[in-house]
Amino acid sequence: MKKVYGTASEALEGVLHDGMFIAAGGFGLCGIPELLIAAIRDAGTKDLTIASNNCGIDDFGLGILLQTRQIRKMISSYVGENAEFMRQYLSKELELEFNPQGTLAERMRAGGSGIAGFYTKTGVGTMIAEGKEVKTFDGQDYILERGIVADLSIVKAWKADDTGNLVFRKTARNFNPPAAMCGRICVAEVEEIVPRGSLDPDQIHLPGIYVHRIVQGTHEKRIEQRTTRKKEDA
Amino acid sequence: MTEAPKGWDRNRMAARAAEELEDGMYVNLGIGIPTLVANYVGDKDITLQSENGMLGMGPFPFEGEEDPDLINAGKQTITELDRTSYFDSATSFGMIRGGKIAAAILGAMEVAENGDLANWMIPGKLIKGMGGAMDLVAGVGRVIVVMDHQNKAGESKILRECTLPLTGKGVVDRIITNLGVLDVVPGGLRIVELAEGISEDQIRAATQAKIVD
Repeated sequence: MKKVYGTASEALEGVLHDGMFIAAGGFGLCGIPELLIAAIRDAGTKDLTIASNNCGIDDFGLGILLQTRQIRKMISSYVGENAEFMRQYLSKELELEFNPQGTLAERMRAGGSGIAGFYTKTGVGTMIAEGKEVKTFDGQDYILERGIVADLSIVKAWKADDTGNLVFRKTARNFNPPAAMCGRICVAEVEEIVPRGSLDPDQIHLPGIYVHRIVQGTHEKRIEQRTTRKKEDA
Repeated sequence: MTEAPKGWDRNRMAARAAEELEDGMYVNLGIGIPTLVANYVGDKDITLQSENGMLGMGPFPFEGEEDPDLINAGKQTITELDRTSYFDSATSFGMIRGGKIAAAILGAMEVAENGDLANWMIPGKLIKGMGGAMDLVAGVGRVIVVMDHQNKAGESKILRECTLPLTGKGVVDRIITNLGVLDVVPGGLRIVELAEGISEDQIRAATQAKIVD
């Protein structure tokens, strides 16, 4: 069982093909698999469908795959802060499926857990419910949402051991565990690969069974909205 | 000729919204004026949830202490508290949909007299997405909208029916605006409170929705 690869491009070798469906972790620019995204850009894989809460910004995160026109469709909950996304969407070069954020997370978790669909009250009576089965439980309406199974998951974690056990840091966890779960193959990029046995088994956030390939690298980790207070305010 | 009184400013609206919160509550605050509510909770023991995966959200960091791994749902850098916990997005929305969050305070583009809420898109103009708003309004115990009573053109944002795509149907419990506080009740809206200097006639005139006694 060799899961550790030398570079992001090596970690993606043999798993990329045009027209594929990728689930990506991250929220805004926080906890995004920036090295794997750059490697997909370099590989030139196109006609991608990507499930990700956001689509980066113009020059960072998934936004760089928009600039190279590699994305055919996005499944997201929020796509503000990206002018190129808006331009491609309005000119119909890019397809967009809006999912409520919790529905998207649950679709990934369910897909990775062998659950084909689930009923949720999120979106009942809105345009999200159009075309979906409505079922009443205990007097309340719910809509049917489908689990997502992706060809590939790309995620970012803080630490891993060589068996793929992952530990995340603070709010950089976000969509990474559910995205990892829903891929037939999951590639994780981490800040540090630590020796086997050095992670506390009680503190593993995502067990290595979900993670097939790991690559360690240096992350830029951009901040989208830098907000601070002055010491004298405290 | 003097202008009609405008009522509460953003901070007064936030302070009024903070009065809705009770000791021990887990609360989710939206972007904009709702974020300011955190400044007015005083001594109440309130735990703020950020739907990107955090309970126990702290204030903005001091300059130089920003952490790119620690942001709120508005993508702003924040800090943790001694009570903080982190979790993934599926767990986060599990607690939202599961009714564990006592209240959500959020902004709106339109609210209707039946509690319908629209705050996520303007067709052909603004396409950003609903983020977590649809899950929040479907799942939390109480939905409180904080917004200006009228738009920049002076038109009521509190309507008989929403004209924009809905975020949720019949989900709003209370509306706090610059002019006062209204509750969604059977048959329409009931005036609960008037902002300082605002008359009942003024709030009625500024409201397209049906106001009931």
